[in-house]
Amino acid sequence: MKVLSPRSLDEACALLARDPAPRPIAGATDILVHWPDNLNAKAETETYLDISALSDLRHITREDDVLTLGALTTYWDVIQSQACRDDFPMLLDAARQVGSVQIQSRGTWAGNIVNASPAADGVPVLMAYDATVVLRSKSGEMEVRLDEFYSGYKQMQRRPDQLITAIRIPRRTYDTQIFEKVGPRRAQAISKVGLAITHSTEGWRVVAAAVAPMILRCKSVEALLESGAPVRSPDDLAQAIDQDVAPIDDIRSTREYRQRVLARLIYHDLKGVLPAFS
Amino acid sequence: MRRIERDYPIASVGGDIGLPADDPECPARGNTERTEFGRVAMGAVLDMLEEAKDLDSPTPRWVQSIGNQRGVGSQPTSTLMHCPDERPSARSPSSCKPDASRRQSKRADQPAPEVCVQRLEGISKLTGRERYVDDLPFDDALWGMTVRTRVPRGRIRQIKFGSAVDWAEFVVVDHRDIPGPNEVFLIERDQPVLAADYTRHMHEPVVLIAHPDREMCRRAVADVQIIVDEEPPALDYRLPAGPEQIQRNNDNLFKVLKIEKGNTERALEQAAHVVEGLYETGAQEHVYIENQGMIAWVEDGVVVTKGSMQCPYYVVNALKHALNRDESQVRVIQTPTGGGFGGKEDYPSNLALHAALLALKANRPVKIIYDRPEDMAATTKRHPAQTRHRTGFDSDGKLVAQHIDVTMDGGAYVTLSPVVLSRGIIHAAGPYACDNVLIDGRAVLTNAVPFGAFRGFGAPQTLFALERHMDVCAAQLGIDPIELRRINLIRDGQTTATGQVINDGTDRTAVLDQAAQAIRFREKQRAHESFNATEPYLRRGVGLACFWHGAGFTGSGEVALKSRLRVQGHADGRVEILSSSTEMGQGTWTVFTQIAAEHLGIAPADIIITTPDTSRVPNSGPTVASRTAMVVGRLVERACDDLRQSLGLDNATRGEAVTAAIRAWHNTNADQSLFGEAQYEKPPGINWDDDTYEGDAYGTYGWATYAAEVEIDLRTYTARVIDFVAVQEIGKVLNNTLARGQIQGGVAQGIGWALLEECKWELGGMKNCQLTNYIIPTSADLPPIRVAFLENAYAHGAQGAKGIGELPMDGPGPAIANAIADAIGVHANIIPLTPERIMGMMDQTHA
Repeated sequence: MKVLSPRSLDEACALLARDPAPRPIAGATDILVHWPDNLNAKAETETYLDISALSDLRHITREDDVLTLGALTTYWDVIQSQACRDDFPMLLDAARQVGSVQIQSRGTWAGNIVNASPAADGVPVLMAYDATVVLRSKSGEMEVRLDEFYSGYKQMQRRPDQLITAIRIPRRTYDTQIFEKVGPRRAQAISKVGLAITHSTEGWRVVAAAVAPMILRCKSVEALLESGAPVRSPDDLAQAIDQDVAPIDDIRSTREYRQRVLARLIYHDLKGVLPAFS
Repeated sequence: MRRIERDYPIASVGGDIGLPADDPECPARGNTERTEFGRVAMGAVLDMLEEAKDLDSPTPRWVQSIGNQRGVGSQPTSTLMHCPDERPSARSPSSCKPDASRRQSKRADQPAPEVCVQRLEGISKLTGRERYVDDLPFDDALWGMTVRTRVPRGRIRQIKFGSAVDWAEFVVVDHRDIPGPNEVFLIERDQPVLAADYTRHMHEPVVLIAHPDREMCRRAVADVQIIVDEEPPALDYRLPAGPEQIQRNNDNLFKVLKIEKGNTERALEQAAHVVEGLYETGAQEHVYIENQGMIAWVEDGVVVTKGSMQCPYYVVNALKHALNRDESQVRVIQTPTGGGFGGKEDYPSNLALHAALLALKANRPVKIIYDRPEDMAATTKRHPAQTRHRTGFDSDGKLVAQHIDVTMDGGAYVTLSPVVLSRGIIHAAGPYACDNVLIDGRAVLTNAVPFGAFRGFGAPQTLFALERHMDVCAAQLGIDPIELRRINLIRDGQTTATGQVINDGTDRTAVLDQAAQAIRFREKQRAHESFNATEPYLRRGVGLACFWHGAGFTGSGEVALKSRLRVQGHADGRVEILSSSTEMGQGTWTVFTQIAAEHLGIAPADIIITTPDTSRVPNSGPTVASRTAMVVGRLVERACDDLRQSLGLDNATRGEAVTAAIRAWHNTNADQSLFGEAQYEKPPGINWDDDTYEGDAYGTYGWATYAAEVEIDLRTYTARVIDFVAVQEIGKVLNNTLARGQIQGGVAQGIGWALLEECKWELGGMKNCQLTNYIIPTSADLPPIRVAFLENAYAHGAQGAKGIGELPMDGPGPAIANAIADAIGVHANIIPLTPERIMGMMDQTHA
């Protein structure tokens, strides 16, 4: 096993340009979970790029129209941040639901994005806030909308030579912000169903987790909400949800449970918020 | 949120305690509060602190003890406790005063114990200084690992060693290296130490490997292939085995037991009402914090094994048998043990044999430490069980007949299934009087990893069925569930299913009433009615369970064990307790020290106790069955009496007179050893017939009623316990802090079993063998657990104590299921009641 420790972002990008590209790590909380297995096989030959010393990437910056989380921002940093608390309270809600305090203090938001778990806790709220991902490589910088970042299970728009340097969240006024994590218990749990809903002048965002190969916006549900069509029971959402998600049976839950709970959460959480829901 | 630190003395009280008044404003007091450190269950902590301040209790004498360093006098010591949240203001100190009218009468000749000791090894565990088996340094030790079959049933045809590692570097053991019979010595000897030519479950050990590098061991294990000609496994204990699945006799039954009293069939025919029901409970993994681990080496021809265990002499017997050695050639030493719950009753014998076989072949120490997935996959679990009830009542709601049919999944080998089944069926009819009882029980072979001992030992399974059934009966009869229980609770002079006359003076209806009162059963029922009618998706319910738990070994078990214990008087006047009873987190050391100090009238600091080493301690029987404080604790007292007798002192001699006599004895008997001894003696009037299953099944019983309030979120079908009350009569409470800890821990484990913990099976193996996917409750999942003891001293237990360890496992399951049924009207007859299962039950109810 090899670990590369770049001293600057430029050096990191130069190292990432190698073929094969090293695997960037920061908190390493996802990688370490599988450590004994990896030791047997992959880890021995794999090269890691440890970016945890690039302190320039650890910041939370508030500007007029955007809040920027540097790539090394941890969940704990967000929990402590007044800027996040003021404008994006769901970030704190989600951060508190991640693993344990130990994980919250090591794990990073950017890591949560590139680990690309369909059950990630941080991604749904970022996506519901229309976050974008800043990717940098030796050849330049680009910005991708998070809701267009994933294309399938663990498939994403990051080339091996690119590093996430920041997450940018537009500052808007929201009249609705709903975050739900349904885990098998109330703490230290992996999501069985996740949900983040926002509403602003930009419209509805309904983001679901653990109900598809990737975290995604439920665009049929969003359209239904925009239309103002009456919703009188969770069943009235079923068709739209069916078009948006594709949950599975696995060791943690069932397809049936996930699909129904998603509908019930959306229905009950918006009842009393939206006149169309009765 | 503010974080307030405050300190309270954690008092340990000798008397009984009152329940704090409930706070109507805050049913789930604090346990959903967020603090800077995430969610914590403050309710339980607050209750503990609150009750610890009980003003009405005798002032305890305090002993501070740090690790094994004794001797810090007996002045009161307060312990700092940080409380990271505010205390709900509604709970004034006066609200936790015990209510005299709720008290059980105390026997005048059983004063509260003078000596109350703080947890002896508590500080070293708290500070991480305690050394568990994996922490022990062994420079030249090899790591041992196990190759398993991965096939549930079949004939082993070939073992292929690959070429990924250099096998010359490894020590490899298989069944041919076993000097004696290839059998794990237990009730039956059907389980091989290492599978030779046949496998009966998918984690059956076949080959053992040792190497100085643990990682190399992992690679080597992956490099061995066991080729098996597969045969059809039996995987569902509830279904009769097909001819191709038969592997034992002609029915795959390990054990069949029957209890018969009166004429049940006739009584059912004549009953005014007959109610039937079918109930099911799942397997449960122990999740002791410390995984199984063992070190073995050979020293002067003696095989020594040292590790995490409950029962050192079980390991001695297993080593003697399979290694073909006599007792002088084996030695077993317990290491500080991070939890057992029954999971370290019999399995450490297998592990010790594995480590010993490798050590014998390698001629070096060998250490085997299971990681969590291996531990969860390969070691025992609680027996899954299915229980059918057919119950007759007269027109007043009095029980006239109970026909109970119990089936338990034994897994691939007999292990402890016959005795688990025995305790299960003896408890199955519950703490009720009924003249006609027929209980049929069977333990069935399947090709699952063997099921074994787990806190409660069969009783939680049958008591779940019974107490859930009582609510079903109450609903069908149109009788209030508390009233139905009150009508039928056994009264002094009446007999149990095995014909045992109960005559202990305990007011069992007082236990029931106090629990109902403490949870405010009636008020909650009324409040829930309007809550459930107005809340869009939350539903609340309340339920209770009335139960009993027999303390000590079943039937003539204690007589057969002939447990022995010694105390040794040392030259400096200190007294050492020599017993094979183990400390595994439950407080054996503390309670034994307390008993001996109290009995001899000397300071706890002058009592010595340490981890058992079978070269020094006699066989006090296994550390199981809620027997240690009651049965072995009594031996501590009697051995102390014997010590006094050897010194020519009468039993009234106490304190300095005793220690002075010990020192004087050593002055005149230099280089000799002074012992007091005791051996178990059957209390008079206790008789059991193992052939007819009639008589006194246990010397005594604990009596309890637990009550739970639940809230169900219909968006997610998730049930959560928001309030819990545990009232029990357990004889004399020896150490209030430890006793409360046992109850609260047991309730937490019971809540896990009832709602969260589900073993997911694939070909008889546990699929979710990681803590990520086998869900035990965190503090955030627990309600305040409010505990009350009623005390009625048992004449034959140490200081009047009865067993306590297993009892709290019995009540939470049925109380919670009853509360869920109350809240949403489902047939909550199977646990765990996971959200997915509740969803299915609601569909069924509405279909």
